[in-house]
Amino acid sequence: MYTLRRWATRNARPLEIFYRFTARGFHTLDPFWSFCGLGRLERVFATIEAACKGALFDCNMCGRCVLSSTGMTCPTNCPKNLRNGPCGGVRDNGHCEVQPEMACVWCEAWAGAKRMKDGMAIRKPLPPRGHDIEGTSAWLRLTSDNMARRAAALEARGE
Amino acid sequence: MSEHLPGAFSAYPMLEGFSSAGRLERVLRSGRFAITAELNPPDSADPEDTYRQAMVLSQACDAVNATDASGANCHMSSMGICALLTRAGYSPVLQISCRDRNRIAIQGDVLGAAAMGVHNILCLTGDGVQTGDQPDAKPVFDLDSTSLLQTIRTMRDEGKFRSGRKITTPPQVFIGAAANPFAPPYDWRPLRLAKKIEAGAQFVQTQYCYDIPMLETYMTAVRDMGLDKQCYILVGVGPMASARTAKWIRKNVPGVHIPDTIIARLEGAEDQKREGKKLCTELIQQIREIPGVAGVHIMAYRQEEFVTEIIAESGVLKNRVIDPEATAWFEALEQQQNSSLPKEECYA
Repeated sequence: MYTLRRWATRNARPLEIFYRFTARGFHTLDPFWSFCGLGRLERVFATIEAACKGALFDCNMCGRCVLSSTGMTCPTNCPKNLRNGPCGGVRDNGHCEVQPEMACVWCEAWAGAKRMKDGMAIRKPLPPRGHDIEGTSAWLRLTSDNMARRAAALEARGE
Repeated sequence: MSEHLPGAFSAYPMLEGFSSAGRLERVLRSGRFAITAELNPPDSADPEDTYRQAMVLSQACDAVNATDASGANCHMSSMGICALLTRAGYSPVLQISCRDRNRIAIQGDVLGAAAMGVHNILCLTGDGVQTGDQPDAKPVFDLDSTSLLQTIRTMRDEGKFRSGRKITTPPQVFIGAAANPFAPPYDWRPLRLAKKIEAGAQFVQTQYCYDIPMLETYMTAVRDMGLDKQCYILVGVGPMASARTAKWIRKNVPGVHIPDTIIARLEGAEDQKREGKKLCTELIQQIREIPGVAGVHIMAYRQEEFVTEIIAESGVLKNRVIDPEATAWFEALEQQQNSSLPKEECYA
């Protein structure tokens, strides 16, 4: 919902704190999730994720969440699918070139980033969307990334 | 003493630390004020239409941009134009827009273009399809300008596709991007330039500049961040044919900012077209004085014939001569075409 999405951007700072807290909690359980089987959990997590983030951010389940580095504004709502916006077509009133009635997603992202503590993460170029992971759980993807990193660290220590 | 640069022929020997063998990079790295211009692609399958336009522009420009369906309007493709021009010995700036092709097609095009002798690539996200003549088209936007910059830089510097697969001979290209200092959020624009530089931009060409104070504010931030030392900034300019055109562009072309004072000045002029040209010349002169600006990019839609005149009048070339040899590629091409015309006896 557009109204809720804009509310989230205005409250980027409290959401950042909430995100950090919950992410830390979730990822301390990474070994447990991994033990349960990420494939088996996928469907449940994807459904929960789509419901929560869909309501709050108009998330489109791109599969790799970047909210924390885009001012708590979901970039998948940009009609030009920019991952590193805004484009040069922003109207004088800060609205979108393609959908004139909508505020530019990236102007919102910039406003949100300025409110956040680590908002300047928005200055790092982001890789493009992976179309093969659309619709999958971004939380579990991070879990599997973390587990892989852990395994690599262990291996490095073993040598 | 007049410095004499050779014409815009395709290749110079590769120099240590250079990314390309092209003229644009040479001119910019030497600290000369560079001039690029936009070639308006023809709605025709006749190569002559492209050659004629390029000939007019190449007289005073260091590189000519082959636009890629700008404004989402269908024209001859930028790859097509580059194929024609490189075949004739002229190396243009290939524009790649992410609107119409996915990453597989784009990476293939980069290799193809470099193989043909294209030395410069401008990475664009592209205007939305709704602005063009075919709003029912599917917008692709698989990459965006920043990830396109990263992709091409990886191909060139690491010799790899996005997938990590090896490229045997990497494309030696000078990579550019677009910038728009005249669209909100204004305080973010210099940071966005920094982001593009981090992704691989070596030069940028900006949107039309009609607001010098706004450009100065932007350039101050850019200089404070030291970005003008990491990237060559070419400011976009162009003559407006009339006040009506200016108003139309302001309303219909995304991201173009034209202050009311400019429109009032055009409206008040007896000969609006001449005033538009004069205004463009003045803007170039003012832009030239702003520290950190490396050149201008001239977008003279349907007024290409004035480009050389505008440049000459602005005096920005200083002691560089408008090069008679710059169009030698065109004469060579004409000769070649004349000699290869089928003789009558062939049909006997």
